Amino acid sequence: MSLMLEPNPQQIKDEKLYSTMGLTDEEFAKVEKILGRLPNYAETGLFSVMWSEHCSYKNSKPVLSRFPTKGEHVLQGPGEGAGIVDIGDGQAVVFKIESHNHPSAIEPYQGAATGVGGIIRDVFSMGARPVAILNSLRFGELETARVKYLFEEVVAGIAGYGNCIGIPTVGGEIGFDPSYDGNPLVNAMCVGLIDHKDIQKGQAKGVGNTVMYVGAKTGRDGIHGATFASEELSESSDEKRPAVQVGDPFMEKLLLEACLELIYNHQDVLVGIQDMGAAGLTSSSAEMASKSGSGIEMNLDLIPQRETGMTPYEMMLSESQERMLIVVKKGHEKEIEDLFAKYGLEAASVGVVTDDKMLRLIHKGEVAAEVPVDALAEDAPVYHKPSAEPEYFRTFQAMEDVTPDVTDYKETLVKLLQQPTVASKEWVYDQYDYQVRTNTVVAPGSDAAVIRLRGTNKALAMTTDCNARYIYLDPKTGGKIAVAEAARNIVASGARPLAITDGLNYGSPENPGVFWQLEQSADGISEACLALQSPVIGGNVSLYNETNGTAIYPTPIIGMVGLIEDVNHITTQAAKRAGDLVYVIGDAASEFGGSELQKLMNGGEISGKSPAIDLEVEKARQDALLAAIQSGLVQSAHDISEGGFAVALVEKLFGTGLGASVSLQGEATAALFAETQSRFVVTVKPENKETFEAAVQDAKQIGEVTAQPVASIRINGEEVVQAPVSELEDAWKGAIPCLLNSEA
Amino acid sequence: MKFAVIVFPGSNCDVDMYHAVKDELGEQVDLVWHDADNLDEYDGILLPGGFSYGDYLRSGAIAHMSNVMAAVKRAAEAGKPILGVCNGFQILLESGLLPGAMLRNKNLKFICRTVELSVENNETMFTSLYDKGEKISVPVAHGEGNYYCDEATLAKLKENNQIAFTYASDVNGSLSDIAGITNEKGNVLGMMPHPERAVDELLGSADGLKLFQSIVKHWRNSHVVNA
Repeated sequence: MSLMLEPNPQQIKDEKLYSTMGLTDEEFAKVEKILGRLPNYAETGLFSVMWSEHCSYKNSKPVLSRFPTKGEHVLQGPGEGAGIVDIGDGQAVVFKIESHNHPSAIEPYQGAATGVGGIIRDVFSMGARPVAILNSLRFGELETARVKYLFEEVVAGIAGYGNCIGIPTVGGEIGFDPSYDGNPLVNAMCVGLIDHKDIQKGQAKGVGNTVMYVGAKTGRDGIHGATFASEELSESSDEKRPAVQVGDPFMEKLLLEACLELIYNHQDVLVGIQDMGAAGLTSSSAEMASKSGSGIEMNLDLIPQRETGMTPYEMMLSESQERMLIVVKKGHEKEIEDLFAKYGLEAASVGVVTDDKMLRLIHKGEVAAEVPVDALAEDAPVYHKPSAEPEYFRTFQAMEDVTPDVTDYKETLVKLLQQPTVASKEWVYDQYDYQVRTNTVVAPGSDAAVIRLRGTNKALAMTTDCNARYIYLDPKTGGKIAVAEAARNIVASGARPLAITDGLNYGSPENPGVFWQLEQSADGISEACLALQSPVIGGNVSLYNETNGTAIYPTPIIGMVGLIEDVNHITTQAAKRAGDLVYVIGDAASEFGGSELQKLMNGGEISGKSPAIDLEVEKARQDALLAAIQSGLVQSAHDISEGGFAVALVEKLFGTGLGASVSLQGEATAALFAETQSRFVVTVKPENKETFEAAVQDAKQIGEVTAQPVASIRINGEEVVQAPVSELEDAWKGAIPCLLNSEA
Repeated sequence: MKFAVIVFPGSNCDVDMYHAVKDELGEQVDLVWHDADNLDEYDGILLPGGFSYGDYLRSGAIAHMSNVMAAVKRAAEAGKPILGVCNGFQILLESGLLPGAMLRNKNLKFICRTVELSVENNETMFTSLYDKGEKISVPVAHGEGNYYCDEATLAKLKENNQIAFTYASDVNGSLSDIAGITNEKGNVLGMMPHPERAVDELLGSADGLKLFQSIVKHWRNSHVVNA
């Protein structure tokens, strides 16, 4: 496309060409009013990307404002590239989660890879050294060639980017449900470390200062990626493939090292730095100027370009990867050029900071666009979408709890272990370099990943979590459970929860039922954050996750980071030695709504109420367990989640060569497979029995770890499960490779 | 003893190697950028893992043409210990300091896990503190670690005792389960597993530390003899 062929302002209005860019009639009228004239083609493009849901949160803002974002240790809440929490000793942890769902649905390898690349840039643009990557993935059932392809390629894309850039992929979670068949979810989280003195902001202060472009050249890839992310997927989405970017992790590794050197050693001349993520040059320039109350004038002829003949529209909307916009003090450009040249990177002076609060773009000697930066960054319309409780919710709430009719408990346990959501994810994490940087103390496969903080005696625990089935059945309760379960994982590993980042993945907000799910689950998340003292420090919203009119389960993924005060507190889920006592914390109730067992027994369908949760009980149990761990009373700890007690117990035995013999009371199906909340299975040395029982009031001793590698579970005196651990482990480990038909 | 860890654009285990030497081994170490042309001040050269030049073209193919490699070759000729791990091994193969080549892993996927190695030759300057046949736990993390060479080269490797480490069981399809080899002279070792990731029990294994300690022991001994 050349400039000559671009429609003129009157055509854009008369032929409603703005609507193909995602702007509504009302929004276009608002643009016209702001400018006092009709926008040209490039300007229409600027508004359309900046006012997309992806960039402006215009539909979700009223909901996001409900989240508790303040806390004693929060140094930076939502609004910058990533949130920051103080961890003492002048250090802080920086983290954020971001979705890359739509790109991954049509080009899974690059979609996932660039999702990882984007979130890493968000973290190092704050001045932090990225130290870990996590992810949260959702796919349809591993039954069709298409879903298997998406799964394999997404994993390969995450591995390809993370392994090459040299940041360990230490954890995450993967779920499979038919609702994600056409619309997989790919959420990537990055965790970074920073010294307080190095914290950066995306700002463009100081009239006359120089705007510099660093990193990869701009091409035509990813044009309108943000707009594409803000509409439903359909049969014709494949045509949007050019809106997917292509990643180059090697380039990003160079950019990462160069930017950190800039931040650590040239802070006296660096004014601001921001990633060119969604909406590329447009968002970075407009947001940096808007936050600082300034303007930016850029000469687009100076933008490093990969292709010839690019128009202002194309340059400003490109989402080419591995680029950053920085502002430096006037007169220091050479210093910056030399620094980036060391890494073989270009640093081009492309503009200046002005005082007129305008984004002015010069192209071939003419003004190609001139719009107020605040109009782009701040004045997007905010919509209060209608919300309505959907019919299905009332139906589900009215249903009685039904205990599935299980006859063979051992066979049912084996089948649960083979469900891909429960099964071992070794096939996946074997492909991720989770050890690079040599800080990974607890690798993927336990409740939370743990990395040590080199040079200190402390460590960080991190996890991602979300049971979307509960949230579909009951968004508010499910929202609470998502936060509580993430916290349970953090606590079980010996850490105190610090804060969360949330990746909010939903269907179309135009649907009142979907909007109600969003509101309700946000309320649930907020309540749990307050109760568990873990504020929201940032996140991402991905709406329009629908394929041909069918929405995904509401899936607000919780990424949580916790602090371990002393590496001696680090605890894993694996049983440690024969003779240790096995305890369960919390009793099971007949709760099967949304459970793995219900899904297994009902041909993939879920219904009824989600499990209940009492946040006071949750908090008390987490506090008691954490105190016991910190006192050295706990050998191993694992939370009870998908699949219930029996799955949690045998997972503790896998890979240890040990067995367990336990006795429970009550109804067998509930005792074994119910997904009642706020529960843990832990093991304790016999000599600590009394101290532990005094410390954790809700803990009941149910048996002991055995040297013989057999899992034996008795209910009311009758042995209902008796199996060699190896048999169970083979089923658990083999399930995903078997489904993929690849070698184990 | 003073080590150089060579940093190529895209190296990402350089910092791990640096900390292994400085914090766990307790010797001097510098990170040396790939454009250096003199390594005379260093007693040992470490080529770390990673994705030098993005592994574009072929793993190690671009890095072996770096400025610093001429100095690495001179150090090798002078008999200094040269250790290449993972991508460092691939660079040594590309530069001809070690024989053979790498194919993609047999399963065509990246593999990251801690594996068991057998010490095949404990009479090298890198392995003298191990027992012959000792089993050690060391992590691997690579996509192209499937070692390959022709029959004549393999026969020569065996005859000269150049196979330092093998995988206790097949990991990636490597010929004769080869995990690490030395040059004929015995002062250049290339290995796919990462000894620098196995120097601290907190992270699961400290079995790699003896490799670095062997290098220091050899250097001390020869230093005393020469003095």
